[in-house]
Amino acid sequence: MDAAPVPYMERTRAYYAAQGFEAAYVWAHFDDVPFAPLPKPLAKSKLAIITTASLYDRTFADVREVASGSTSDPPEELFGNDLEWDKNATHLDDLNAFFPLRLLEALVEAGRLGGITARFHCAPTEYSQRRTRTVDAPEILRRCREDGADAAVLVPL
Amino acid sequence: MSLTARHLEAAGIPTVILGSALDVVEHCGVPRFLFTDFPLGNPCGKPFDASMQEAITAQGIDLLESADGPRTTVRTPFRWGGDESWRDRYMEVRAEDLADLARRGEARRARRVREKAQGKARGD
Repeated sequence: MDAAPVPYMERTRAYYAAQGFEAAYVWAHFDDVPFAPLPKPLAKSKLAIITTASLYDRTFADVREVASGSTSDPPEELFGNDLEWDKNATHLDDLNAFFPLRLLEALVEAGRLGGITARFHCAPTEYSQRRTRTVDAPEILRRCREDGADAAVLVPL
Repeated sequence: MSLTARHLEAAGIPTVILGSALDVVEHCGVPRFLFTDFPLGNPCGKPFDASMQEAITAQGIDLLESADGPRTTVRTPFRWGGDESWRDRYMEVRAEDLADLARRGEARRARRVREKAQGKARGD
C-alpha cells in the first residue's frame, strides 16, 4: 500500500509552534478556482516556465523581486538554498530535476509542443500572500504576455 | 506558486503546476496539478534520472490539454524508492530538539524585530 503524502501544513504548524511562534501560518485557501482551457493545440502553443529557484544565491543577497533569464542562453545553475525543500533527502545538483527547460525543448523538437518563450521567470516565494497576489503574480503575468506565452508550467521546489 | 498559477489562469493563460506538496496546493485550489510523491525539491523527477524526468514533464504537458476543469490533480506513478524515512523526518519535532528549536525561534523573532526597525520587514 502507498504511504500517505506528507502532511506539510500540519508538519509546518507543529515545527513553528515548537519554535514558540504563537500565530500559525494561514495558508491560502479559495473556494473558487479559475480555469482557462488551452486556446490552441499544444503543438502550436508557446510555454513559459516559472520556477521558485533564483538566478543568484539569495542567502547572500536577499532581494525578492521577479527575475527572468534567457531560455536560449540559460544559466548553468539556479539557486534555492534559501527555500524550504527537503535538504536531507535530496539536492539541487541536477537542474533537470527542478527546471524542465531541456526536457521541454525535447518536446518542442518532437513536435509535441510549439515552443518555449524567450524568457523563464523566477518567482520569489513570499511569506506575504498579499505581496504575491498584488505585486509578483501581476509582474509575472505581464512578462508572460510580453513573451507571447500561451500557457505556463510552474515548478516550485 | 499556487497564487501565481491562479493569477495567470484568471487572466486566460492555462497553467500546470508540477510538484510534491499535495496538501498545500490542493488547500489553495489550483487549475491543474501534477503530483509526484517525492521529497520537496525535485518537481520534475529524481536527480539524474533522465527517463523519469522526461516522463513527468510530458505528463505535465499532457495535463494542460486533458484537464477539463479546475482542481484537476493527476498523480505520477513514480516512487522515491528505498528508504522512506524522509516522510517522517521533514520538519520533524523530536523531543531532543525542543531546546534547540526554541532557541532558533527566539533568534528568528529577534531578527524580525531588528529588520522591522530597519524598515526591511516583510510580511503582512
